[in-house]
Order: sequence, then C-alpha cells, then structure tokens
Amino acid sequence: MNTNWLMPLLTAVLLAGFPSRSHAALNVVATTSDLGALAREIGGDRVDVATLAKPTEDPHFVDAKPSFLVKLNRADALIEGGAELELGWLPPLLEGARNPRLAPGTPGRILCNQGVQMLDVPATLDRAKGDIHAAGNPHYLTDPANARIVAGHLAEAFSRLDPPSADTFRANLKRFTDQLDAKLAEWQKRMEPYRGRHLVAYHDSWPYLARRFGLKIDIFLEPKPGLPPAPAHLAEVMTRMKQENVRVILVEPYLNRRTAETVARNTGATVVDVAYLPGGVKGTGDRYVNLIDHLVTSIAQALEGGGK
Amino acid sequence: MRIRNVGAWSSALWLAVVGLSAQDTNRVEDLQRQLQQLQEESQRTQQELQRRIESLERQIQSLPTNAIAPVTSAPPESAAPEPRPAGPLDAPLRLLGSSRSYLNLSLDALIAAGGSTAENVEDVQLGGHDPRVNGFTLQNLELVLDGAVDPYFRAQANLIFQIDSEGESTFELEEAYAQTTSLPGNLQIKAGQFVTEFGRLNPTHPHAWSFVDVPLVNGRFFGADGLRNPGARLSWLAPTPFYSELFLAIQNGFGGTASSFGSDHDGEPLFGRPAVDRDLDSFGDLLFTPRYAVSFDLSSTITLLAGASAAVGPNASGEHTSTQIYGVDAYLKWKAANHHGGFPFVAWQTEAMVRRYEAGAYDGSDPAQPDPLPAETLTDSGFYTQLTYGFRKGWVVGLRGDWVGSETGAFEPDPDRDPRWRVSPNLTWFPTEYSKLRLQYNLDDREDEGVDHSVWLQMEFTLGAHAAHKF
Repeated sequence: MNTNWLMPLLTAVLLAGFPSRSHAALNVVATTSDLGALAREIGGDRVDVATLAKPTEDPHFVDAKPSFLVKLNRADALIEGGAELELGWLPPLLEGARNPRLAPGTPGRILCNQGVQMLDVPATLDRAKGDIHAAGNPHYLTDPANARIVAGHLAEAFSRLDPPSADTFRANLKRFTDQLDAKLAEWQKRMEPYRGRHLVAYHDSWPYLARRFGLKIDIFLEPKPGLPPAPAHLAEVMTRMKQENVRVILVEPYLNRRTAETVARNTGATVVDVAYLPGGVKGTGDRYVNLIDHLVTSIAQALEGGGK
Repeated sequence: MRIRNVGAWSSALWLAVVGLSAQDTNRVEDLQRQLQQLQEESQRTQQELQRRIESLERQIQSLPTNAIAPVTSAPPESAAPEPRPAGPLDAPLRLLGSSRSYLNLSLDALIAAGGSTAENVEDVQLGGHDPRVNGFTLQNLELVLDGAVDPYFRAQANLIFQIDSEGESTFELEEAYAQTTSLPGNLQIKAGQFVTEFGRLNPTHPHAWSFVDVPLVNGRFFGADGLRNPGARLSWLAPTPFYSELFLAIQNGFGGTASSFGSDHDGEPLFGRPAVDRDLDSFGDLLFTPRYAVSFDLSSTITLLAGASAAVGPNASGEHTSTQIYGVDAYLKWKAANHHGGFPFVAWQTEAMVRRYEAGAYDGSDPAQPDPLPAETLTDSGFYTQLTYGFRKGWVVGLRGDWVGSETGAFEPDPDRDPRWRVSPNLTWFPTEYSKLRLQYNLDDREDEGVDHSVWLQMEFTLGAHAAHKF
C-alpha cells in the first residue's frame, strides 16, 4: 500500500495541533525617552518600545491622555523612573489601564532606579522648600555609570518576561556596556580639564552629572525647585556668577531661555541648550550615548571659552 | 603565625609519640585523637578568619566614594529599591503619598469673596459649592483619602465640609467607593457612593474646575451638588486602537443629589407640583446612566475627547413618571510640544444637554399651590462652552458662555425653567500647582429678572499627597 501521503499528513496534523510559538516582540511602554532608549538598546528587535512623554516637554507635567491609557492597557511591561518623576500623571492612567501585567511587584512593572544610589533624598518633606522629590533627584541617568546599572536591570527584567530571548538580551547588554565603557573613558578625558569648574543651571537637574565629572552645579535660576526666577534672586545669582567667574548656564528645552539669556548678557556667560532626555535638543538623537555625547561636548565647549 | 606554630609543635609531638614503647599504645591513641582535634580546630579557625577578611574587603569596596569609581569595578549589588526612610521614630505621623504609605491623604480648600447685584445670590449661583453670599464663602473643604486596598481594589473617599450661606457648617459625603484594578475582558467595576459619569463636568470636583461656579445647565439639571448617589458602575475598554470606553452606572434614583429624579426637593414643589412619595417598586426605579467616550490624538500636541451620555430614572412628580437626560460633550486640548509645567496650552470644553421631564398631573389640593396642572412632558435644554488659554506658566485666562432654555410648560413663570444666559470671563494665577487665585466676572441675564453682575475672587490651597488629575 502506498503510504507516501501518511508522513506529510501526520506532520501537517502535528504542526496544526501544536502551533509554533509565535514569539512576538514584547510590547513595552516607557514613560520617558531616556528609559525608552535604553530599553531599545537592550531589547533590540525582541521589544517594541513606545515612549509616553515627548523628549521636548516638561516630563513632570505630561497630560494623562486617553491614548496613553490604551497603550498601557495593551503593554506587556511598563518601564518607569521609579523616582516619582511621573507622579503627576501616571497614576490615573494606571488606574484606568486595568492591566494585571503592570501591577506593582509583577515582572512587567519595571522601576529603573533599583540599585541606583539616589542623590538629594530630603530628610524632611516640606512644600515650603518648593517642589521637592521625596525619592531623591529623579534625573539619575545624567550619570552614564547609572545607565550601566539600569541597562543591567532591564536585561534582567526582559529575560524574566521573555526567557527564550535571554541570550539576546545578554549579548545586547554586553555590547551596550562595552560601548558605554569605551565612551565613558572618552568623556572622562574630555571633561578632565574642567574638574572643579562652577556652572549655573536653570533647574536642579544635574547633580548626578556633576558628581560624575567633578563639576559644581549648585547655583540655580529658580530660587527653589519649581518657583519662577524672581528678579531679586536673579540679581543675587548674577553677583555670585561675577564673583566666582561662572561662565556657563545650562537650560533645558522647555524652560524660559529668555531669562537665562538676560543673566548671560549681564555676566558674560554662555547659555548652553542641554537636555536629559534623548531627542530633547537637536543632536541628541534617540540613543542614550548620543545624549551624553551632546551633554559632554556642549558643556566642554562652553567651558573652553574662558573662566576659572 | 600561631597556627603554623601549632602545626610545627603538633608534628614534633607526633614524632615523640611514635618513639614511645608499645605499652603506651592507649596513651598514643589518646594523644593521636587529641592531635586530630587540634588540627581540625586550627583549620576551622583559619577558615573563619579568612571569611571575615573577605567580608570586610567586600564592605570596603562597596562604600560610596567621592572619587570616580572605575567603570570596570565589581557590578553593583542589588540594593534595596526603596529610598532610605526619613525621620526619627518619634516624628509625627507623616501622611505622604505613593511609595511611603498605605493611604494618601490630601486636603483642598476653596474660599471665595465677592458679591452680586442679584437680590438673592443663591438664585443666580446654582451650585451648592458656588460662592453664594455677598461676602466670604468657604465653598469647599475637601478631604480626600485614597489608596490601594489590596491587589484587587483601589478605594477613594471624598469628604466635603463647607460653611453654608447661613453660616452653618455642613458635611457631605461626596464619594466613597472601591474600584477594581484589573478584571478580565478589560472590565472595571466601581461600587459605593460616587459622582455619576455623565458628561465632563459632573464627575469632577469643584477645585478642579476652570471657573468659580457650576455651569447653568449642570446646576439646573443635576442640582446644587451634582448627580451622585450610591450604586455601582461597570465600564469596558474596547479593543480599538483609539480610546473607546463604554460605561453603565446603576444608582439610587432618590435623594437630594438626584435632583431631576426622585429627589423630594426638601418638600418644595418643583415645576409647580409638590413631590410625590415614591418607593423603589422595581429594578426600573433605579437611575441608569450609560455613557460612551472616545478619544483621538489629532496630532502630537492636540487631543480630542468626546462623549455621549444619558441618565434615565424615576422622578418625584407622579407615581410612574420618569426623567430622561441626554448629553453630548467634547474636550479639545492643545499643549505646546515644549511646554513648561504644562504651559502654554489652549483647552476648549463644551457640553450640551436635553432633559425630558415627565411631570405628573396635579389636582391643586395644596392651598399654597391652588392651580391644578395637567400631566405633561417638560423639555429643557442648555449648553455651556468654555475656552481656557494658559498663556504663561501659572497664568490662565478663561471665557465661558452659558445658556439654558425650555419649552413653555403649564406652570409659568418658572424660575427653574425660564431661559437665561451668562458670560463669564476670568483670570487665574497658579503660584505653584498647589495653590491658585482666580478673579471672575459673571454677566447674568435671567428672563424675568433682568441682568445681574457678580464679581468673585477665589483662592485654593492643597495640602498633602499630590493628586494627579485625569485628562
């Protein structure tokens, strides 16, 4: 009896009965673009990353749009800063998202500051001090060494969500950290001549960067976090800048550049447009390494222009 | 050093032992046993010391340093994710939000000052929490408690205190409900006392409004405190690529906060008819509120949220009479791609409603209301539209137009149904997101009363956990 049809039929039946795992990419939502960029580095093509906050907008005051709720409802994982930066808009989205994969404590809820040493954690909480962050300064990714920690954490988290791809994540992590290590050596070298230099910033977003490169960024145009620069305070700032020959003012893309320009004009300083989110200013692209490249280059160039 | 000495000595001892005569075999065995014990002990001590040294070395390495830590150093240990707790053990209870406590607590106060040319301010200001006197009004003192009950539910309670126009302190339980965190099928259930999700404004609290007072159509159709009652609400998030949600609320249809429905209006007649005492006879005597909401991002900076709602329930006008209210709402918002603190933005919000009120026949038996009235359906409509422009960080200018009207009924004139319109420009200053100052002017035109002017200055302050607002 001719049974040539038997094996192909059996194979077809078996394949139909046991469909191969489609192994679709992980649907990942990141709150800000620095976390999104790192997620893409580690996840590669095993993840589909959507970022909620635009890199050009103030990430403390993002609108909790209904379209974000839909994204969170469909997500396999949520990557958030973990330092309450998103406290003003993420909670109502999560309430409506009704996604058990993103519940606190599940593998899909990834808090990125795990393992990061937080700076400026307030000893007491008092709104008279301005808009302070209870968990510490949330802009920890301005220090590339912290990116290493976050990347490792993401690789671990992704591997837990997609175990078959763990090798891919590990390889991506190795590639990223190798690149980061090489770049960090470069950045250290570039910033070495400026150790101990004093800079002014509009808002206190830079303590981690300052610590990494030995800079002093402790004069702010805001009298207290979140308060608008008042003329009296600006006068003090300008006096101090002249006394200590501070020549650089760091301004994020969503802040009032005109105020910074006024101060710069009166003190001979330079306004430097910087961002702590990839895509926030031109030249930062959408990769983390480009962001730090831009930061280091802009600051170094501005500091080169004289001063103590 | 001592360890090696012991080793050397123990070896010498062993040789001496071997040289002893055979009669001392027992003694030899004893000594051998002791020697073995000694060696084992010294080995254990050596290992223990080694372990301690390694542990100390590890601790030294992990100490934070001010100098640059080399990037190729040992990978960081998985430190505790929570930031270190603040404050001594004997500090007063700090009721913080989110990660530090089981309960979020916040206090929000709304205080207004001003006056109106209207003879009776309460006639011209329809909201129970509007400024209602010439002078100062403590509009609203809202205590909000919320938190996660367990992995299955979230709960919230809004307790409202105010000082009414007679100077009496009153308390209202505005909301107290639990809501599921995730049910299968993208469902969500809310149960308890809650504000009905009809339109855009009714489910919000006065401190979140862009104006000092409630719009005319909301005040007329939902009463001084808005439409809210104990009940349950089911919602379903549809699997569409855009936001699309279906709601159904079932609540009690009676009580003071079911104004166009089973409320007895504190014994006062409504539309010329005294209230009829009705029981909850059947399931159909409850208040049903279905709603559909949909949202589209028209661009990366412009979002539209639109909805349609209906509220259907019994009313206190007759034995079998009911009220149906239908509404549509739209909210369009533009926010700059590089906004600072949310500014600049432009937001436009509009709601339009129609109410069909089945009014029962009235035989004129009450001497205070001697005119009999037929059974009829009273139709009222109204809308408001408001535009707010946040032109600078912390500054918002707003303009609202209100209109309510009706088809003439048998009971005329009726100040609860007569046409009126109002225009309200205002200016708000937010020193931070925790406080505000607002100045508003109302130009009111009521059909039989004429034009009235009011000016209100409002202040708000918030203490406690930062409450994030829905879109």
